[in-house]
Amino acid sequence: MPHDYVAPVGVEGIYIINTGKWRIQHPVLAEEKCVKCGKCFMFCPVGAIKRRDDGYHIDLEYCKGCGVCSHECPTKAIQMIGEEGK
Amino acid sequence: MSHVEVMTGNQAASTAACLARPDVIAAYPITPQSSVVEDISKAIAEGKLDALISEVESEHSAMSVLEGAALGEARTFSATSSQGLAFMYEPYFRASTLRLPIVMAIANREMISPQTLWASAQDSLSVRDAGWIQYYVENNQEILDTILQAFCVAEDKRVLLPINICYDGFYLSHMSERVDVPDQAQVDAFLPQCYKPDHIYLDPDRPMAVDPLTNGDLLMEYRQKHLEAQQRALTVIEEASEVFFNLFGRHWDGCVEAYKIDHNTKGAIITLGSMTGAAREAIDRLQSEGLPIGLIKIRVVRPFPKTELRELLSGIKAVGVVDRNVCFGWNTGIIYQEVLAAISGSPSIVHQPFIAGLGGEDITIEMFETAARQVVTLAQKKNGSRDQETIWLRSVSEEVHK
Ligand code: SF4
Ligand code: SF4
Repeated sequence: MPHDYVAPVGVEGIYIINTGKWRIQHPVLAEEKCVKCGKCFMFCPVGAIKRRDDGYHIDLEYCKGCGVCSHECPTKAIQMIGEEGK
Repeated sequence: MSHVEVMTGNQAASTAACLARPDVIAAYPITPQSSVVEDISKAIAEGKLDALISEVESEHSAMSVLEGAALGEARTFSATSSQGLAFMYEPYFRASTLRLPIVMAIANREMISPQTLWASAQDSLSVRDAGWIQYYVENNQEILDTILQAFCVAEDKRVLLPINICYDGFYLSHMSERVDVPDQAQVDAFLPQCYKPDHIYLDPDRPMAVDPLTNGDLLMEYRQKHLEAQQRALTVIEEASEVFFNLFGRHWDGCVEAYKIDHNTKGAIITLGSMTGAAREAIDRLQSEGLPIGLIKIRVVRPFPKTELRELLSGIKAVGVVDRNVCFGWNTGIIYQEVLAAISGSPSIVHQPFIAGLGGEDITIEMFETAARQVVTLAQKKNGSRDQETIWLRSVSEEVHK
């Protein structure tokens, strides 16, 4: 930590909580099935899905593996895959 | 120049608060505290104090308002009692764990039930483990002086914690005494307006998330630092007392005061708050009879001044603790348990719990004499049991049940 934090704040340089550590399964997005509706992006509770010009991308650093994106996807483009050893 | 006024404890508190030039005050009326904030309101209405006062609908909101204000770099003040403090419990905890230097007077009042309005430290002692610093004071002058010192300690970068100044309801809140009131320039010199937080704040130019969901690992780090800050406060409290003494000429021994204790003293009575006055009288009387008994007044309960207390008790054979509160589940008072924890490494000291004065009952000089004689007896006894049953000091001859 670059700064001596004494109170609970969220600023650049402090890892408040790593929801990615909670994951026991992760989403895999099949681009050919995706219609770019943006539902997964809207529903992801931790904001792990990013919108880019070419479509939607899942950032596994914060993805907690809840499966909400997979549940909401109208074309079943997102599969949840169990993680080894969890 | 300072001047002398006759004022109640609540007036001493509001006078001190105004002299500290707070930016924001928020409180909800509750007996016996109400006139503290009434007087501050009046000072603002008359243009004597340039501050914002928020007349909230509950104590829960009062503390929440002050937290927002303190995050916005304001100097803040409030006052409460008893059920009001209980209603404030949730934001009360947050004030300390966000490390906000809020100062709040507590006019101590017994907790229900039965319905009661009168003195007991049950209210504030029940929240002693919520991370605040807690002073307990003896008279109206000490209320005024300690509130000024509290701002100084709370805002110190080594501390950054909220502080309660607790004083017995009615015995001090409504009793008039002579109080030396310092002038504004003296207080400004002691307490400059320079609180500028760099640990937590709401500032559009320096955006940050305040109080985010935080993992246990980091939470443990914050708790550890909070506990360390409490320990550092022991020194900062002593320093503030010294600086105050040099400027104003009144000395309130930092965390603990020893009264008439020397190398001949065999027994000690321990007190908190306004009862100390009667205890001093009793000790004077018994010492004039030649009894080897002295007095220790605990002024700061959080952080608990264990080292200083141990040193004071090093030559003592027996100690009696008079509590105006109860420690449910231990069949004693709360301060007794605190003292016991502090002296647990001194197996030669016999300790006697007393409970007195609940619900505003008077703790008389005679009761202190009874308590002190019992302590002297224990001090002189060879091989007495260390574990004494609690003695309840109650006024005799009243028929409670018809
Ligand atoms: S699994 Fe949950 S956390 Fe991960 S991307 Fe999908 S919705 Fe977000
Ligand atoms: S919800 Fe499914 S179809 Fe819609 S953008 Fe996300 S992955 Fe693509």
